[in-house]
Formats: sequence, structure tokens, C-alpha cells
Amino acid sequence: MSTTDLHVHNPVEELLRQDRIPTIWCPGCGIGTSVNSFAHALLKQNIDLDKTAIVSGIGCSGRVSGYMNLDSFHTTHGRAIPFATGLKLARPELNVIVYSGDGDLASIGGNHLIHAARRNMDILVVCINNMIYAMTGGQAAATTPGSSLSTTTPYGAFEPELNLVQLVDAAGACFVARWTAYHVVQLERTLEKALRKKGFRFIEVLSPCPTYFQRKNNMGDALQAMLDYKKRSKIQHGCPTWETALTPSGPIIVGEFVDREREDYLTRMRKQLGPHYSEFPAQQEEHVSEGCSREC
Amino acid sequence: MHADPRTVLTGTHFINGDAACCEGALAAGARYAAGYPITPSTEIVERFAARAPEVGGLFIQMEDEIASSIAIQGMVWGGQKAFTVTSGPGFSLMMEHIGLAAMTETPVVFVDVQRGGPSTGLPTLPSQSDMMQARFGSHGDYAVIALSPNSPQECFDLAIQAFNLAEEFRVPVMFMMDECVGHMTEKVVIPPADQIEIYPRRHTQKPPGEFRLYEPGPDLVPEMAHAGEGYKVYVTGLTHDRRGYPSLNPATQKELVTRLFEKIRRAADRLVMVESDQLEGADVVVVSYGITSRVAQRAVHAARAKGIKVGTLRLICVWPFPEKLIRELASKVKALVMPELNMGQVVIELERCAAGQCQVISVPHAGGTVHDPAEILQAIERGAQ
Ligand SMILES: Cc1ncc(C[n+]2csc(CCOP(=O)(O)OP(=O)(O)O)c2C)c(N)n1
Ligand code: SF4
Ligand SMILES: [Mg+2]
Repeated sequence: MSTTDLHVHNPVEELLRQDRIPTIWCPGCGIGTSVNSFAHALLKQNIDLDKTAIVSGIGCSGRVSGYMNLDSFHTTHGRAIPFATGLKLARPELNVIVYSGDGDLASIGGNHLIHAARRNMDILVVCINNMIYAMTGGQAAATTPGSSLSTTTPYGAFEPELNLVQLVDAAGACFVARWTAYHVVQLERTLEKALRKKGFRFIEVLSPCPTYFQRKNNMGDALQAMLDYKKRSKIQHGCPTWETALTPSGPIIVGEFVDREREDYLTRMRKQLGPHYSEFPAQQEEHVSEGCSREC
Repeated sequence: MHADPRTVLTGTHFINGDAACCEGALAAGARYAAGYPITPSTEIVERFAARAPEVGGLFIQMEDEIASSIAIQGMVWGGQKAFTVTSGPGFSLMMEHIGLAAMTETPVVFVDVQRGGPSTGLPTLPSQSDMMQARFGSHGDYAVIALSPNSPQECFDLAIQAFNLAEEFRVPVMFMMDECVGHMTEKVVIPPADQIEIYPRRHTQKPPGEFRLYEPGPDLVPEMAHAGEGYKVYVTGLTHDRRGYPSLNPATQKELVTRLFEKIRRAADRLVMVESDQLEGADVVVVSYGITSRVAQRAVHAARAKGIKVGTLRLICVWPFPEKLIRELASKVKALVMPELNMGQVVIELERCAAGQCQVISVPHAGGTVHDPAEILQAIERGAQ
């Protein structure tokens, strides 16, 4: 054959639903970049993909679950965590990953985030923080920093932003980290580490939204966002999370901030229930005889 | 398939409707529940929290009803039977997830022990004012099944039915109790497990490569697969095609939404669940459901003593509404009288189906207590004239 196969095999391809590509994401969006790190981490950790479920809420970031070739659940806005909670409780052998946006997880879904961290539910939460409600066209979120512009804050936001890593740390998460879409290798390593750990794990990924957040705030294109992340980021592992607040132009503290051991919900439940807990093996299937059972 | 004897509390009990509902759920095979405390429903999950661990299940108290109503759907896609329990204000918070369950065809049961509303209303007192909300509360077009028990015994029996119907049709089933039935204590007979029919999950037999998650079966209901079984299911609340993939266009929307209605509509005759008495030759029929059906009895007896030919029709399954039955009945009687603990909800449907063939008399009640039978009697007398 004289034609050259231009297709270069990408090792993460098998982790994606090929028949769903291309994605809806804009050129320069950071969500896909994070998915690449995530897919590599899953492969490197040799995770049983048949036993891995991914749950999203609604938003550009909420579309991640539907592109992964895993058990995919695209739920309602803000409620990925309680869905994931139910899934994990019902099938504890699953690796349950929540992948969603800042508006979804921290604004409308903020209460669930707090309580899943408090319970130490054994799920990994990846939060794409583009500091905006992107899917709906660039409105302010609880994470929109300082007095940034958005379509609903044309005079700049009047409310301060929420520091997500500090929030989940305070609520009791056992693993808390932050990277940006620039730190693809570090993100992958942190994801690998988080995948190995049990309990509530939270990774915030700062991600450019050139279409709305960067554009509205004159922050340039996606490349500019990368340069900005590179310039402003300071890697500070173990940094107390109250010192990691994000501001529109100040330093971006990144790294693994919290890594603590704490019994997760199901472990504690079983221990505490002691003899009251029954493993309850599945009911034996009744023998169904073929055809008519009466002697006719 | 029969109930698992390990979950069935066979015997004769003296318990209230809430406790009976909990036992019904367990007998039906629901070992998982999520909820948030609210009067007058809380006793159901209090009992469940104690009972579930013994049978390998669990109750989780979520941070609110929004979380509870979706956690149960995670439990179902994890392979379990699950339910949530609430009352008025909590039921309102669950609406978005009733739509999610309808759209993703997740078999779950929502128990609503109705209390007086709107808003915080009458937390400890009865009403039947969530009946329309049960049918239409979530946005968008969908169909559900709603059952209405009128005794603790029925709280047990119908709870099993509710789970069975949820599994058979893959719809959210609304279990519409009320404060009176929930807190009423009566004899409840729980039969041996081998006398309890259970509708098992419609799990596919096909291997992962050949299975499409939303391929309708002959009765329009698709088969199911759970997370963790290698099927790589894709479940979304977006309009989706037969693979479960989002497909945002009018053609897919039409196919999907039509099927969500049709799968129930086709079975409408089977879903007529009523109890009737002396319909033959009746001039007036009292149509009621839930606790009101018991209050109406007193009025019916009084009317019969006065020589009025009164029949009764109790709706056990309120949604889907027994359209055909009402249409036929309306052609034979002078009047249909409907007392309900609301300002006139299900009577709207009654009126629609009667289609002017007879008088339809609503006996509304703002809730907080049951009807005075005299009000119902007056309506019967008016109808008989
Ligand atoms: C209950 C509800 N409210 C509002 C919306 C509309 N909505 C869809 S996505 C979204 C914001 C998503 O923001 P985020 O989670 O940050 O995701 P992004 O698009 O930025 O990745 C909103 C408000 C919805 N789908 N459901
Ligand atoms: S709108 Fe923003 S977040 Fe959404 S895909 Fe485009 S760049 Fe990404
Ligand atoms: Mg966002």
C-alpha cells in the first residue's frame, strides 16, 4: 500500500468513546487537557476499567463523563456527588469518580461537596475550575475571583470568591490538591496518587475558558492563559489551605495540600455495626421449570 | 420470583402505616434508602435504618431531599432496589429528580406521606394535596405511576406493588400516603415470603458488545445493566438515542418522550387498580382514594339508609387515571362525588373523563383533618336529586 496511515495511536484512545468524538469543547479549552492527564493516570495505575464509574453534573466540564469509555453518568446540575454517593454505597467495589465544573460542584452543589467530604465518602472528585459558568454563556460563579467581569457581573462581581481547597479541607477531605491545565504531568501524578487512596479526594484543576472567562476579562487566548498559569503558579506542597486563596492576578498556589488518613464512610459503618451488619449474599435464583408445571 | 425470606417479617403485627410501608419495601427487596427527616414520614426511615443493616442494606441520611432523591438513583444503577421517603416540602425539593428517573428510566420509589400545605403548612396533619404534583411536578412531559393506600395493611401490600411496578415499567413510582394512614395503627398481616411475588430487575442477558441500553423491548421497556458489569453504560438526563447517547434533535425527542408515555399507556388496562362496591344500578358513585375513602364510608352508609342508591369506587392506582372505567361509569350514573383532602385536584381528571355525561361534584377540603362525613352525605344527596 502506498498510502501512509497518518493516524498516530494515542494510548488514551481506548479510554474514550471514539464514536462521541469530536467533543463539544472549544479550541483552547482546558477541560480536554485535564482529561488527557486523567486517562493516563487511569492507565498507569492499571485501574480495572470495568469497575470504574464516572459521574458528572451539568456544564462544559459535566460532559467529561460522556466521553469516557467507562460507566458514565451525566446527572443533574450540582448533584453528581450525591448520585456518586448512592452508587458507591450500593456497589462498594467500584472506583467512583466525579468529574464536573466549579459552578456545578461548588455553587449549586456546594452543600453536597461539604457533606461528602465530611462523611469521607470514598470518591475522587475532579473539579474543573474555569471560574465561570461556561456552558450557560459566562455568568459569575461562586468561584469567580475578585471583581472579575462576567455576563451577569457587567460592573464586576460584588462578592468574594470561594476557595474550594480550603472548603473541602475544613470539611474533612483526606486528599486535597490543586493544579492548572498547564501542569499536565504534575496533575497526572497527583491523579495517580489520588486513585490509589481511599476516602474523599478532591483535585481542583484551574482551566482556561478562552470563550468566556478569558475573553470577558481581557486575558487573551488559551496560549496566554498557559503563560499566565506558568508565570503565576507557585508549587507549595503541604501549604495550609487558608493560604491558597485565588485572586484575579496574584500568585496561584498549586500542589498537594492535604494527605491525611481517615476512615472512610463504609469502613466506619461496617466497623461500628459489628455484629449488626450482615454481608447478605445474593438470593439464590429460583429454579424456573420450562413449560407448564401442571400435569396437563 | 418470590420475596427473600430473610427480609420478610412474616406474622401478624400491630403497627402503623409508616412501619408497614418500611416492611413492604424490605419485603419487596429494597435494602437501600436515602432520606432526610420530615414529619410525618420519618418513622419509615427510622425503622429502615434499624432494619436494613441486618439484611446487608443501609440507610443514609443525606444533607437534603435533593441529595436523597438522586442518591437512590445511584443505588439503583449500582444494582440495588432503593427508595426515598418524604413529605410535602421535601417532595417539592425532589421534583427535578423525579424527572431524571423518568428520563433515565430508573426504577425507584418515592414515598410521600402527605401533610397540609402549601409551604410548611401543617407538618403533623393530613392532606392529599400533592396528588397533582405527583403526576406533573417535574418539568417536561413524562408519565409516572402513583398508588394510594388507605390502611396500614395496604401500606405494606402496595409498597411491594410500588417496587414491582417500578421494575416492570422502569418508572419512578409515587407512593402517596397521608398523615392519617401513616400514623394509623392497625393489624398488618405479613405473609410468608413464598406468597409474595417480586418483579425482578429487567437485567439484560446480552453480553456487553451486543447490548444497547435504551433499546425498547416488545412492551417498550428497555432492559437494564448496572455499573461495574462491563457494559460501560451511558446514562444521561439529556434527550438520548437507543445507545443512551445524547442526541439533541426533535426526532429523537419525539421517539423517546412518546415511548415514555406509551409504555404506561399500553398497560393502562392492567394498571386499573380499584375497589368498588354496589356500582350496579347506582345513581351516585363516591369516587375517592386514600384515607378519604374510609371517611366516605360513613356518608355512604347514611345515604343508603335514606334509600339512595350509592356505589363506591376507590382508586388504589390514581396515576394513570382509570379513564375508560370512569367514562363508562359516568354514562350510567346521575353523579360522581369526589371528596379529597385538597381544593379539588384529582376531580379535575374525573370531570375530564366524565365528559359531561353526568354531574361531577367535588367535595374539597383544605386539610388538617379529614372530612366531616356530613359534607359528603350532602353531596351524595345533591347528586341523587
Ligand atoms: C437546576 C439547573 N439550574 C441551572 C442549569 C443551567 N446550567 C447548566 S450548566 C450551568 C453552569 C455550569 O457551570 P460549571 O459547573 O462551572 O461548568 P462549566 O460549564 O463552567 O464547565 C448552569 C447554570 C441547569 N442545567 N440546571
Ligand atoms: S465555553 Fe469555555 S469551558 Fe466551555 S468548552 Fe468553551 S472554552 Fe471550554
Ligand atoms: Mg465553570
